[in-house]
Parts: sequence; C-alpha cells; structure tokens
Amino acid sequence: MTGPALSFVGVWTALIALGVFLYVLLDGFDLGVGMLHGFARDAADREVIMNTIAPVWDGNETWLVFCGVALLAAFPLAFAIIVPAVYFPILVMLIALIFRGVAFEFRFEDRVRRAFWDRAFQVGSFVAVFAQGVVLGAFIQGFRVEGRVFSGTSVDFLTPFSILTGLALLFGYGLLGAGWLIIKTEGALQDWARRQGRLCLIGVVIGIVIVSLWTPLMEHRIAERWFSWPHVLFFWPVPIATLAVVVWAWRALTGSADAAPFIAAILLFLLSYLGIAISLWPMIVPYHFTLWEAASSPSTQAFLLVGALFLLPVILMYSAWSYWVFRGKARRDIGYH
Amino acid sequence: MTLDPVLLSRIQFAWVIGWHILLPAFTVGAASYIALLEGLHLATGRGVYLPVSNFWIRIFAVAFGMGVVTGIVMPFQFGTNWSGLSDAAGNIIGPTLSYEGLTAFFLEAAFLGVLLFGRTLVPPWAHFIAAVMVALGALFSSFWILATNSWMQTPVGYTVIDGRFYPMDWLQIVFSPSFPYRFAHTVVAFYVTTGFVVLGVGAYTIRRGMFQDEGRVMMTTALALLAVLVPLQMFIGDQHGLNTRRYQPAKLAGIEALWNTGSEVPLTLFALPDQSRERNDYAIEVPYLGSLILTHSLDGTIQGLKDFPVDQRPPVAIIFWAFRIMVGLAVLMLLLVAAGWWLRYRHELFYSSWYLRACQVAIPIGFIAVLAGWTTTEVGRQPWTVYGLLRTAKSVSPSLTGYDVLLSLLVYAVAYLVIYPTGFLYMLSLVRKGPGPTAAAPIEAGRPQLPVRRLPSTPQSEEVP
Repeated sequence: MTGPALSFVGVWTALIALGVFLYVLLDGFDLGVGMLHGFARDAADREVIMNTIAPVWDGNETWLVFCGVALLAAFPLAFAIIVPAVYFPILVMLIALIFRGVAFEFRFEDRVRRAFWDRAFQVGSFVAVFAQGVVLGAFIQGFRVEGRVFSGTSVDFLTPFSILTGLALLFGYGLLGAGWLIIKTEGALQDWARRQGRLCLIGVVIGIVIVSLWTPLMEHRIAERWFSWPHVLFFWPVPIATLAVVVWAWRALTGSADAAPFIAAILLFLLSYLGIAISLWPMIVPYHFTLWEAASSPSTQAFLLVGALFLLPVILMYSAWSYWVFRGKARRDIGYH
Repeated sequence: MTLDPVLLSRIQFAWVIGWHILLPAFTVGAASYIALLEGLHLATGRGVYLPVSNFWIRIFAVAFGMGVVTGIVMPFQFGTNWSGLSDAAGNIIGPTLSYEGLTAFFLEAAFLGVLLFGRTLVPPWAHFIAAVMVALGALFSSFWILATNSWMQTPVGYTVIDGRFYPMDWLQIVFSPSFPYRFAHTVVAFYVTTGFVVLGVGAYTIRRGMFQDEGRVMMTTALALLAVLVPLQMFIGDQHGLNTRRYQPAKLAGIEALWNTGSEVPLTLFALPDQSRERNDYAIEVPYLGSLILTHSLDGTIQGLKDFPVDQRPPVAIIFWAFRIMVGLAVLMLLLVAAGWWLRYRHELFYSSWYLRACQVAIPIGFIAVLAGWTTTEVGRQPWTVYGLLRTAKSVSPSLTGYDVLLSLLVYAVAYLVIYPTGFLYMLSLVRKGPGPTAAAPIEAGRPQLPVRRLPSTPQSEEVP
C-alpha cells in the first residue's frame, strides 16, 4: 500500500508485537498470581502471595494501555474493526481489572469488607484472564467485515473455540503465576506453588494441543501455511521445540530449581505466540486486512516513532531496575507499617 | 421508546470520563502541591512541611491508583463505542493519545515509587526531584489529552482523503487554536480544585483541635495559591470565551442561549431555553452586558443560534445552565478567598468557626466546577466529534445495538457506584487519621522487602469481631 521508500509498518509491527508479548508475560504472571491467591491455604500465605506482585502490577498493566493506543495510532483500521467486535469481552475485562486493581489498596483500609475485596481480587483476576483468552480466540477465528467496518453482532465472539482459548489462557497465566511464586517464595508455600504449576502445565498442554488441531481444521489458509512444502521445513521446529519445553517445564516443576519453571513458562508463551503469528501473518484483521492495508499514514507512524524510540528504552530500563530493586524472596516476617 | 446506541454511547462516555476526570482534577494539583511542600521543606528546613507532605502523599496514592484503573477504560472507549471516529481520525488522534500513554507510563515507572516508598531511602533533594517529576508527568499527561481534545474542537493541520483525516502539520495539530486556552483553563481549574480541597481539609484539621500547625500550613499555603489562581482563572476563562466565539460560534450562542444575531446584546442571567420554539422563557437579562463580556465592547455583534441550521445546534439548555453553574461557583470561590484574606489580615483566620466550617463545606466546589465546565465544552461541541467535520452519529461503532450499549452502560454504572464510594470513604479515613508522624517510620537496610503494609498477622484477625 505505502511506498516502500519510507514505510514504518515493519517497525510498528515489531513494537506492537513486543508490547503485546511483554503485556502477556508481565500482567500474565501477576494475573496468574491473583488467581492462585484464591486457592492459597491460609491468610498468611495469601499475604505473601499478594506481596510478591504489589510493587510491580500497575507498571505491568500499563502495557495494556500502550498496546491499545499504539494499535489505534499505527493500525487505526484494525483498532476500529477488532475492538467493537469484542465489545463485551473488553467490557468485562476492564471491569474485572478495575475491581482487581483497587483491591490492592481497599483490602487494607476496608477491614469490614476485606473478604469482599480479597474475593474481588481473585475473581477479578480470573474474569480478566478469561476475557483476554476469549478476545484471542475471537481474533484467531476472524471477524465479519463489510467495507471498513465490523458487520457482525456483539455476540459473534462467543463460540466454542473462543471459550476454549479463554480456558486455555487461564491455565497459561496460572502457569506463569506459579513460576513467579516459585521464584519469590520458599518452603511449604513454594512446594504448593510447584503443585499448582504442574496442574496448570497439564491444562496448558491440553489447550495447546486442541488449539493446534482446531485452527487448521477451522481455516484452510492456516492448514496450507503449516502443512504445505517447504513450509513444513521452516515451521515444524516450533511444535517440536514446544514439546521439548513442555518436558523441561515438567522436570523443573518436579525438581528444585527456582527460576527454571518461570523461564520454561515464558518459552511456552513465546512458542505459542510464534505459532499464532505464523498462522495469521500478515493479517492484522484476520482474514480481511493485512498490516500494510490497515496501517496509518507514514507521517502518523513517524511522528509517534520519534517519541516511542526514545521513551520505550527508558521505560524498559526503569522497569528492569524496579524489578531488580524488589528482587529476592518475599517473606512474611518483614514488612512495613 | 427505541434505544439509540448513539445517545447511550454518549451517556456512557460522559459517565466514565465524568468519574475519571475527578481524579486527575485532584492528582494533577496534588502532585504539584506535594512538590511545593517538599521544596518549601528543603528551602526553609521547617519540620512542619514533612508531615503535611506525607499526609497528602498518602491520599494522592489512593487517588492516583483509582485514576490509573479508571483511566485504562478511557482509550478502549474509542474502539468499543466510537470506532467510526477511530477509523476517520485515528491518523491524528492515535499518536497524541499514545503520547499520553507513554508519558503516564514514564511517570509511573520512574518516579512514583520513589515518591511513595522512598522517603527514607533517598536523600531529601532526590525525593524533591521525584515529586517534581511526578508533577511534571501529570502535566504532560494533561497536555496530550487536551491537545487531542482541542484538535477535535478546533481542527487544523489536516487534509481529508476518502472521508478520513490525514496529518499535514503536526505542530499545528498539537497546538490547535483552542489548545493554549483549554490547557491553561483546565490545568488552573485542577490546581484550584486541589487548592480548595487542601483549604477545607486544613480547616477541618484545625476545627478538630489536633495537628494545629499542620492545619495552619495547609490553610495558609492554599489561601496564598488561591489568591493568585482564582482571579487568574477568571481571566483565562474570559480569554477562552473569546476564542470560542471565534472558532465555535454556535457553541457560544448556545452557552448564552442567544437566538438572534445582534449587537448591544444583553446578558441572560436566568432563562429556560426552549430549543424547539427557538426562544427563552422567563428570561432575566442585563442590557449591554452580553456584548461587553463577549466582545469587550458595548455594541459588539454576536451570532445567534438561528444563524446555524437546526441540525448544527448544540443542546442549549444543558450548556446554558452548566456554564452558569461554573461561573456562579467561580464567584463563590472568589468570595471565599477574599473573606479568608480579610480574616487573615485581622488575625482571625484560624479562630473564625463560621469560616472554617465554610471552607470545609467548600471542599467539593472545584470538582463541581470542573464537571460543569467539561459539560459546557463537550455538550457544546455537539452534534460534532471533530468540529464541523465529523458528526457524532457517524462516529459511533456501526455494529452496536441499543441493547448492547444499555447493558454496558448499566455495568459501568454499577461498577463505578461501588468503587467510588469505597475510595471516597478510604480517603476520608486517611483525612480523619490526620497528618500524624506514621509514614516516616524507618525502613531498615535498603528497599522495603514488602511494599504493602502488613495485615495484623494473627489468623484470628481475619474475622470481623
């Protein structure tokens, strides 16, 4: 669409892909921790679990805003078609994130209703994750489009497939959360987190297998992408590597390594992400508009790129620094009042 | 009655932004006030500034957190409900909204943690710098949001191809004709809002008889700031009005409920505007004053609503009254500040029980004025989203039905009616505790291991007695 001389579509694709992946990874683990919070054995454990994410969760969530507004700026057509098509999952996610976010503060002050805000934190995490999984499923299955607008209804998103991806993401974020807790805790609580991690891993594997079989059956273009020669040669290392990482993750969750389960979970997400990208490339509105067709004007992309290339590294550095500051095990006997 | 997705989407946007704007209305000013207190502490070495600063940092933290989560809702509204606008104007409002996101992110990632948790971990000057940076971040955030809004009110620097806006000149876009006035007017409004919160909380603190010194610091600093800010705001508001007359004459005619074009226009103090019959009922008018205020001359000409096609007029009654509420509150503010200075001159400020009580009652005055002002400018730009170019009805997401939007509106309504009262009571309890020395408890060795205050740790304490 745009002249090849001055196109920022590639850069913006990379930046938004990075933003989405960072969001999924970062808010993924703290949403996962939020879900596991509901299954904790006692109040003391719940407190430690909450403290492992308290200093970082809001920074993590800001990546969601970045992804939203960057999509609007760089690919406005995609934003204008996709977001209304998932009207209700987005609504539910936002409300869940609000309740979950304020629970961090309110549970301390509102003693009378602390049980309510703890529940809001746990249920909010669950609902937000499920809604995100549903959005993912709706995105993969594609949208009804006429001209430049979404032409379906606000319940189009709801299909067995999107419910499946919703459930799969619950286990996926749960796995990330368990991996994070294994890093940040020790003793009985850590053993508990390993058990939760194994449970989640089983769910993740089932989810990945079903989605991997379902998508090529659902969409012939995806089947061609994966099963035609010579694509097989380039792409099949992805599922094979996934299998290897699953084995490694299981061993890490049954062993005693601190960081390995989290790293394995990250790798699983990276490989699944790659798998989806391979299936859909170069579509940004499956199966109607490519990245180039949905892109904003070069002037728009350039104007934002100036600031993004300056600010994003700074933000990444500060985020890394803040994780470094709060490194180490969260413990129950040290706090401040 | 059929459910109109456009009207319901407008109500929904008004609902989520109306609640959200209350938080920046306080936090933008509070961030600057905290920076001022930290600076005063550094400059004078007086110990009293520290507990006052810590007190406001605690309240700021709650308001900021609520501002973040309700702020996340906002950009998604452009997709869920206003995808027509996103498709048509995404090339222009996309980057400006993104810059706001990046700025907020920058502020959050970098300096907020130091401000909230770092009092004993970094030297005082570094804490002061953190406070200044948080205040600057809040101002930058406002800058980009208002740049976006101002471009939509007074669009320039664009070209239209196939019904979509494309950028031609970014400098013009960011600094559109109404932007300087809107930015100044809004930021000063936020400062004034915070000023009256500080004044009222200071008065409350003094009335309770505890923390006298801290209460006095709050009242004197707030009165000093408000003595400058309130008159300044009236001047900026007047200038903003002249700008509106030039670029959005239909909005101005609506604000004044002026139907016929004319010179020597009176100022309508009270009226019940009747949009369909194009007249005002029960009008109370002051001769010449309208022309004098709006054109700065007795015989200045002002365009009336009848000059504009019926389908290009804003809802007159709403903006007529919202504007009068805002101006009326401004007059009240001026009286309150003047009375404060008069009492101060007579050394009675801290002992006048009626005045302390009045200040306490006036705590929400800025918030109401901000909402009234925002209503005036936003309802006044109807029926357009991009003024004169893109109709609101064309901006809504075409796939939405009335029932879709009714359902989402109800969900937002219930959610905000749970969150806001809870947050309000939380901040109220922090105010009740007062500016005690609690926050300065030393943290041993390095950063806190647990960033969240600990719950009473015995399991029994989980149960409500």
